[in-house]
Amino acid sequence: MPKLKLALYWASSCGGCEIGQLQIGTKLLQLAAVADIVFWPVAIDVKYKDVEAMPDKSIDVCLFNGSIRTSEQEHMAKMLRDKSNVLISYGACACNGGIPGLANFYNRDMIFNRAYIETPSTDNAGKTMPQTSFQSPQGVLTLPEFYETVRSLAQTVDVDYFVPGCPPEERTTWLALEALIEGKLPPKGTVISNNVKAVCDDCPRKKNVKKVKSFYRTFQMVPEPETCLLEQGLICAGIATRGGCGAPCPQANMPCTGCYGAPEGVIDQGAHLLGAVASVIDSTDPDEIKSIIDNISDPAGTFYRYSLPVSLLRRAKIK
Amino acid sequence: MKRITIDPITRLEGHGKIEIFLNDNGEVANTYFQVPELRGFEKFCEGRLAEDMPQITQRICGVCPEAHHLASTKALDAVFHVDPPGPAKKLRELLYSAFYVTDHTTHFYILAGPDFIMGPEAPVAERNILGVIAKVGLELGGAVIKTRMQNHHIVQMLGGRAVHPVFGLPGGISKGLNEEERKEVEVIAKESVEFAKLSLQVFDDIVLKNKEYVDMVVSDVYTHKTYYMGMVDKNNKVNFYDGVMRIVDPSGKEFAKYEPKDYLAHLAEHVEPWSYMKFPFLKNVGWKGFVDGASSGVFRVAPLARLNASDGMATPLAQEQYEKFYATLGGKPVHHTLATHWARLIELLYAAERLLELSLDPEITSPDIRKIPTAVPDEGVGIVEAPRGTLIHHYATDEKGIIRKVNLIVATLNNAAAVNMSVNKAATSLFTPGKEITEGLLNRIEMAWRPYDLCLACATHNLPGPSPLPIYVYDSRGKLIKKL
Repeated sequence: MPKLKLALYWASSCGGCEIGQLQIGTKLLQLAAVADIVFWPVAIDVKYKDVEAMPDKSIDVCLFNGSIRTSEQEHMAKMLRDKSNVLISYGACACNGGIPGLANFYNRDMIFNRAYIETPSTDNAGKTMPQTSFQSPQGVLTLPEFYETVRSLAQTVDVDYFVPGCPPEERTTWLALEALIEGKLPPKGTVISNNVKAVCDDCPRKKNVKKVKSFYRTFQMVPEPETCLLEQGLICAGIATRGGCGAPCPQANMPCTGCYGAPEGVIDQGAHLLGAVASVIDSTDPDEIKSIIDNISDPAGTFYRYSLPVSLLRRAKIK
Repeated sequence: MKRITIDPITRLEGHGKIEIFLNDNGEVANTYFQVPELRGFEKFCEGRLAEDMPQITQRICGVCPEAHHLASTKALDAVFHVDPPGPAKKLRELLYSAFYVTDHTTHFYILAGPDFIMGPEAPVAERNILGVIAKVGLELGGAVIKTRMQNHHIVQMLGGRAVHPVFGLPGGISKGLNEEERKEVEVIAKESVEFAKLSLQVFDDIVLKNKEYVDMVVSDVYTHKTYYMGMVDKNNKVNFYDGVMRIVDPSGKEFAKYEPKDYLAHLAEHVEPWSYMKFPFLKNVGWKGFVDGASSGVFRVAPLARLNASDGMATPLAQEQYEKFYATLGGKPVHHTLATHWARLIELLYAAERLLELSLDPEITSPDIRKIPTAVPDEGVGIVEAPRGTLIHHYATDEKGIIRKVNLIVATLNNAAAVNMSVNKAATSLFTPGKEITEGLLNRIEMAWRPYDLCLACATHNLPGPSPLPIYVYDSRGKLIKKL
């Protein structure tokens, strides 16, 4: 059997997906035995022109991470879609917009102003801004266009599979790679994870169906080690998040923040979490409920930590 | 005017490209190291809960999330006016030392090593980690993988996750170490010390014993006389987690020493219209453009700079290597950019030795790891030395601890001006009229930036995501003649 041709690419991302891929460790050698990596900017010296020269559908599988924020990333997404038979949206940014998707609370001008003018260390009396096209003494220099809105990969091109997580845990990465190596791919559109149920199903903490009188922020309390964090009043997103990660965060005494995205069948992760949080409030008195909820600051940034661009909200409207 | 473009530059974290312009004689007229991305963290963190910042800001960089996580956590200690218990500080440093072992190992063997171990003009298909393993042997190759895995395991054990840990809180950490885990750390630390010693031996054998390489390292092509900045402890020894900032001038003399909270009195950032990356400089010297020397505010950070800005290493084996480094390269400061690779390995040894020291600390398994803050939060600065240099997080909050303003100066960014100068000098020296522009020659230009271990994802926290570095060559009429 000919070796699989594999491409790995990053768009608007942090590099954590690449480090996550390296986490499979010695299994990399198993992968190397069946696949040739034809494009991977972090580790091999293949340039854009080499990819452009590849015939359409000549790449068997492309693992694409990062969200889409610039014209260059959009261009690469379209090019790699054309060159690849199977395009996999890898990691929270490509799948759901991820943390960079929180930028959808603001717009391009607000971001540029903060970065290049307003920040206290910036020395820019002339208000110079990066330009998509700049005439230098020697020639024109170009930069990709920075879009108003962050989008997921599937909001940009057709995607075959999704691998969730920020980054995907090693076990999840390997589950997807194993399916590729063995040629046992699930139906198109599948989110490949180790558990179709919520993170709570992975979590060893005990649930007692207890309700809460008040919510706490993580710095305000030391949680008891064995009990469900939500039932102790911490906003834990595990109940509204796809499992498969093994619940590492609650086991380190910190709440789940939702990086694996919505569980199967849930359209809007934030709304789902909001419903779950509302259901643990121990009160029927409207005034008391209001005072309990007042303790939850920044609900949008908390409930949609990794999924604002694909949520029903998409972005904030800037007047 | 002729134009050469390298797009994307490869073997780095993030996106970048290099533009080289040649005049009619075929000499370099100018070069531009451009970063085509930005993500906007300084804006979209406004409105978030302060205590979530260690987890949010580490998404600036998945290669050094531990650095952002800890700079952020230290900034929160300051914002909430809380001093964490001693064991919490030591455990943070323990995790950070394990992280340094993985990160410096990754850079030397996977990102930069191929240029030396395989040679700068080795075929493209071999100039990568797989080529390195084939050359150094499976045993050392296996040790590279094992060291990375084991130290990531320590990060996971303490921080909750191997990539993007979660344990940092204002006033401490969420999880400690038990005796069983401590023993595991001790074993890994001992093996890491041996691995670091072996790596220095490899460097000695492959680079220092090869005259051609040594000549390249000390050649003017890869040399810049700049200021250097790094964090030091009370004895002026290198420290990654805590201390004060020290700047030395190009002659090696102390130029400034300041507390992290006072960084704005010393650093400023310049903006150019052709890159999304800003260019920090020393405020008290001033921005004079892309030039070196004592009258230019350009300074450098990261391993070479840390060694130059300090008086030594705080652990015995690393100190021996520190002394050998300066004895071999002609005294302090060393201005040869390629010597950064050697400095990085000395830091690898220090990190492993420090990890071992901390694993043996009698306090390290103490459950006293958190202090609940009680003061009204307002403003604070946190600085750590990331593997790629000084990392500054500065937050202001309202009285409920909601983020109002964020300013970040990240590791790679501090080197932005120097990277441009390094690429320019390498291109100017290596491109001579009539000389054929080969892939190997262009790789020698990429070798000018690789010592900086660029993390362009970090450097462009301000806007969208990363993209690798291309190189373009243009003729005197601006026509593209070569693209790599």
